[in-house]
Amino acid sequence: MSDTKFTKDHEWVRLDGGIATVGITDHAQNALGDVVFVDLPEAGRMVAAGEAVAVVESVKAASDVYAPIAGKIVEVNAALADNPGTINSAPTTDGWFFRIEPADAAEIATLMDEAAYAAYVDTLA
Amino acid sequence: MADSSEALLETPLAALHRELGGRMVPFAGYSMPVQYPAGIMAEHLQCRASAALFDVSHMGQAELVGEGAAAALERVTPADVQGLKPGRQRYGLLTMEDGGILDDFMVANLGDRLFLVVNASRKHLDLPRIAAVLPAGVALKPLPDRALIALQGPGAVAAIATLAPGIAGLSFMGVGSFEIAGVPALVSRSGYTGEDGVEVSVPAERAEAFARALLALPGVQAAGLGARDSLRLEAGLCLYGNDIDETTSPVEAALTWTIGKRRRTEWNFPGADRVREELANGTRRLRVGIRPEGRQPARGHTPVHAPGGAAIGEITSGGFGPSLNGPMAMGYVAREHAADGTALELMVRGKALPARVAPTPFVPHRYAR
Repeated sequence: MSDTKFTKDHEWVRLDGGIATVGITDHAQNALGDVVFVDLPEAGRMVAAGEAVAVVESVKAASDVYAPIAGKIVEVNAALADNPGTINSAPTTDGWFFRIEPADAAEIATLMDEAAYAAYVDTLA
Repeated sequence: MADSSEALLETPLAALHRELGGRMVPFAGYSMPVQYPAGIMAEHLQCRASAALFDVSHMGQAELVGEGAAAALERVTPADVQGLKPGRQRYGLLTMEDGGILDDFMVANLGDRLFLVVNASRKHLDLPRIAAVLPAGVALKPLPDRALIALQGPGAVAAIATLAPGIAGLSFMGVGSFEIAGVPALVSRSGYTGEDGVEVSVPAERAEAFARALLALPGVQAAGLGARDSLRLEAGLCLYGNDIDETTSPVEAALTWTIGKRRRTEWNFPGADRVREELANGTRRLRVGIRPEGRQPARGHTPVHAPGGAAIGEITSGGFGPSLNGPMAMGYVAREHAADGTALELMVRGKALPARVAPTPFVPHRYAR
């Protein structure tokens, strides 16, 4: 996952063919606990970087998920409605949340790489 | 919640929680395990399927000793304490002069004394309140050196009875003293999960050895406060500070059943005027169970509206029920919207989530009556 980037809000972003796929990190799903519901944005919505666009609910609590970059939501992971537990079991693959067509793909490069994110998570312990 | 700048207190099981991988969080001034590595969902389902061990040592324990102790306690509660038979326990409310609820509590008649369990977050208020009304000859003795451990689930009593067979002879809300794995223990067949089970008071210095002996029994796993909360909400049980507080009356809270029949003729408890008036004329609001449609939970403080209309109340506890396999809540609504089946809208993040008033418990109780 060397081409995956990370935010301080614990989202991951992976650019493939000009489209960025976004989910939450393993650290985030572990902190949340068992996910029971996810509220996803409408496809076609224009979002700003840092805007709250999805909500993930565990048994314990609700948490916002933010758009890591500006752009247009082009697809959401509809499979999560029936199987929200995928976010726990496969947070960085099948548990993706939504796809964004970046307003500026260069914005992704400014996010943390995997090593920087791991170091950031260590500071939170 | 305690001021975060204050050092958190620990229970006698703190080292065991760390060893078991408990995720510790601040709760009522204590560092408590919200979950273990298994997670809230698994711990909840473990309790419904077999047996779960909870550390509830943060709760306040006390004894009331002396001639007239039961009558003295009735000065601060509408519960019938004098009618409580030896070997029996009862749930009750401590009420305030204006009819608000100071706390909810358990009282057991141990024959020569009363045994009390109150909430961790309220013990600093409850105990002085009780002490202030005692006549000469009745003494309140706090028991800070005792731990409290709950073993809950359909397999709980069978498991602990392998160590002390007499426990199986207790019925729901029965209490007795037993020696369990060499530890002198006060056992009540009660709990906060809707399941059969026991709550056990043991000396703090023996608590860890006692908990280890229970965890070594087949079918027993540790569970944290997260599962305790989802279990009690499925069981329709109130959490003080969420569902009842100093502003809610026993009648509004649908806890009129905790008021003794005799007490409803004497009207000599704190807040009796308000309770009497509300029983006669009804309250403006009532605590009800609420089932949101679909799978999205509505949490505490979510506004409740009439469909397409005005605000009529608020959620006080809400979440997802692992055994219910759906969202559940309780809260207060205007009386005219309180009947089972009434359609409601819950305003979650600006969107109206359809819901209905629903009977509680959401998951049937399985007490050993």
